Amino acid sequence: MKRRTLLATSAGAAMAAAMGVPLRAQDDPLTVGFVYVGPVGDGGWTYQHEQGRLAVEAEFGDRVTTIFQESVPEGADAERVMTQMALNGADLIFATSFGYMEGVNNVAARFPDVRFEHATGYRRDHPNVTTYNSRFYEGRAVIGHIAGKMTQTNKIGYIASYPIPEVIMGINSTYLHAKAVNPDVELVVIWVYTWFDPAKEADAAKAMIEQGVDVITQHTDSTAPLAAASEAGGVIGFGQASDMAAFKPAPRVASIIDDWSPYYVKRVQQMLDGSYEQTDSWGGMPEGEVVIGEITEAVPAEVKAEAEAMIAAITAGEYHPFTGPINKQDGSVFLAEGEVATDAQLLTMDFYVEGMTGDIPS
Amino acid sequence: MIRLEKRPQPSGIWNAAAPVLAVLLTMVFGGLLFAALGNDPVEAIRTIFWDPLFGQFASFSRPQLLVKGGPLILIAVGLALGFRAGIWNIGAEGQYILGAICGAAVGLAFYPSEAWWLIYPLMIVAGALGGFLWAMIPGLLKVRFGTNEILVSLMLVYVAEQLLASMALGALRNPEGMGFPGSRNLAQHAGTANPEVIAGTGMHLGVATAFIVVILGYILLSRHLLGFHIRLTGESPRAAAFAGVNPGRLILICLGVSGALAGMAGLFEVTGPAAQISIDFNVGYGFTAIIVAFLGRLNPIGILLAGLLMALTYVGGEVASLMLGLPAAAIQLFQGMLLFFLLAVDVLTNYRIRIGRREVV
Repeated sequence: MKRRTLLATSAGAAMAAAMGVPLRAQDDPLTVGFVYVGPVGDGGWTYQHEQGRLAVEAEFGDRVTTIFQESVPEGADAERVMTQMALNGADLIFATSFGYMEGVNNVAARFPDVRFEHATGYRRDHPNVTTYNSRFYEGRAVIGHIAGKMTQTNKIGYIASYPIPEVIMGINSTYLHAKAVNPDVELVVIWVYTWFDPAKEADAAKAMIEQGVDVITQHTDSTAPLAAASEAGGVIGFGQASDMAAFKPAPRVASIIDDWSPYYVKRVQQMLDGSYEQTDSWGGMPEGEVVIGEITEAVPAEVKAEAEAMIAAITAGEYHPFTGPINKQDGSVFLAEGEVATDAQLLTMDFYVEGMTGDIPS
Repeated sequence: MIRLEKRPQPSGIWNAAAPVLAVLLTMVFGGLLFAALGNDPVEAIRTIFWDPLFGQFASFSRPQLLVKGGPLILIAVGLALGFRAGIWNIGAEGQYILGAICGAAVGLAFYPSEAWWLIYPLMIVAGALGGFLWAMIPGLLKVRFGTNEILVSLMLVYVAEQLLASMALGALRNPEGMGFPGSRNLAQHAGTANPEVIAGTGMHLGVATAFIVVILGYILLSRHLLGFHIRLTGESPRAAAFAGVNPGRLILICLGVSGALAGMAGLFEVTGPAAQISIDFNVGYGFTAIIVAFLGRLNPIGILLAGLLMALTYVGGEVASLMLGLPAAAIQLFQGMLLFFLLAVDVLTNYRIRIGRREVV
């Protein structure tokens, strides 16, 4: 009997496949897969994507099934995991790390009926590959403003991951807005070449503190820099990717939160109602994808008010963090008075702005 | 009263039965673990061990077993030669990295030439040489100064990782990579790609090499004088010395061969599945191969089976974590159990269990 049903189902499957009919019946739930680079409990980048997955489950209930795989190394393993997901009936796959770019495009070529979404990437080799990202530089403008106001030593630290446009954009945004309120400020950048490595991040933070840095910002995902700041005392920092609320009210005085939920819910909704299309999405504060976490009482009230005004202006579309006049580090003009950077200019940014010291590693 | 009694001779039956029993015990206790996590244990075990081989999508996962198992087998056979002789190369991971770096560097030096027939053999030689030379460091230090090869080879893994990072960021970085670390894609460039011997089977050149090395390793150990010396040195160093074995030479040969094989594994991986030199190119094959070598009883044929079994737990574990929502850590725990039970059951190879009181003679 059991063998019989097995044969029957496989015959049915073979027939359906031969006829090009999707195996998923109309009332079957949509299967959405998530590939994570870190553990879901990393408290930063992957944790936030996991929150997005949970939001999708909460929003659609029985209409979707979600599957995920955590701690997937970038490279051959990622490709296998995505293939496995596609074979197991995933209709939509979110690959949530830059390093999956090659794998996403390779697997997408083999599964033209499965939709792939690649976070922070730029390659859409096939019609079923979408890229999506958030305008983190908007958050960094606000953080930069607070940092510039709060520093006593006029030295702000920036723990940078990789010298790619995404990160350089964040450094420039932080520096521009710190300098705007504190012309003497200096931004000390340390490159750690990782997205998540608590030991390296802590070392970088300690090295900065020894150099006299009293405000630490980071483009890495662990709470180690905040822990180092807490240990040193008299040093403040910001939550990155996730709120990192455990370090409130200080050293964590505010945070940039990546909120992927609105985007994930929107895309799944589009899959369900059939309006899904390939895009290159880049949302920010107006879309609710970049959120500034609670600014604590460690920040003076008037600085907090200014920060909130900036958030309101960016959210309303009245202010763009990259508005001229802005010169490049070598003194040449990047943006003229009143000129606003285009997305293309931002996405290829490979230079520091005027006033920054040091070079971008190449 | 239960006590252990040393066997006069290691038991041949238990030597062969231990891995099988260890796998069964892992299934039982792994099943209990999965049950404790709220999953159907039978379904979980079936998903890990059965589905990748005979399940609905076996046509995809079977080739993956070869891709994942190939480097493990290639490295483990080399390690087993040394382990047999009591020479402990724990740093295969580092030799694997150096093989990949040297091989990739040679390939990239010829970029954009597409003369595969010329470039790729050179890359293989460079890869083997890279691993060989890296293994010579602990080898020469041991022979010349009597240092401990376990420590030196292990520490050199961390040196190799730093070297890998600096290569991915510097000399070998893709000039068209928008500043992101990592070399050009070697697998998609005709001059440097590691192709499948038979398309769609996952059997790339590295896997084919692994199979050949298994056969050569078997012949070496069972038929060749060198193999005899290796076994003799491991079983009785004094007897080996009387038989005229030069211990220094044997150390260099064992470390050199295992280094060269690990280097080749790295080269095949970087030109195939991994596709590029990147900061985190190494994912632990060199260390897992140690488990594979012991699971396979340091016998090339056994290693072949053990490597495929290990690959099965990886691929099956992924399917299980995907389909049943098992946490990745539970799968790693499951793999750890396998080695744990193997070592535990191994006691029975050298000891027998006596129940009851000691008989008075």
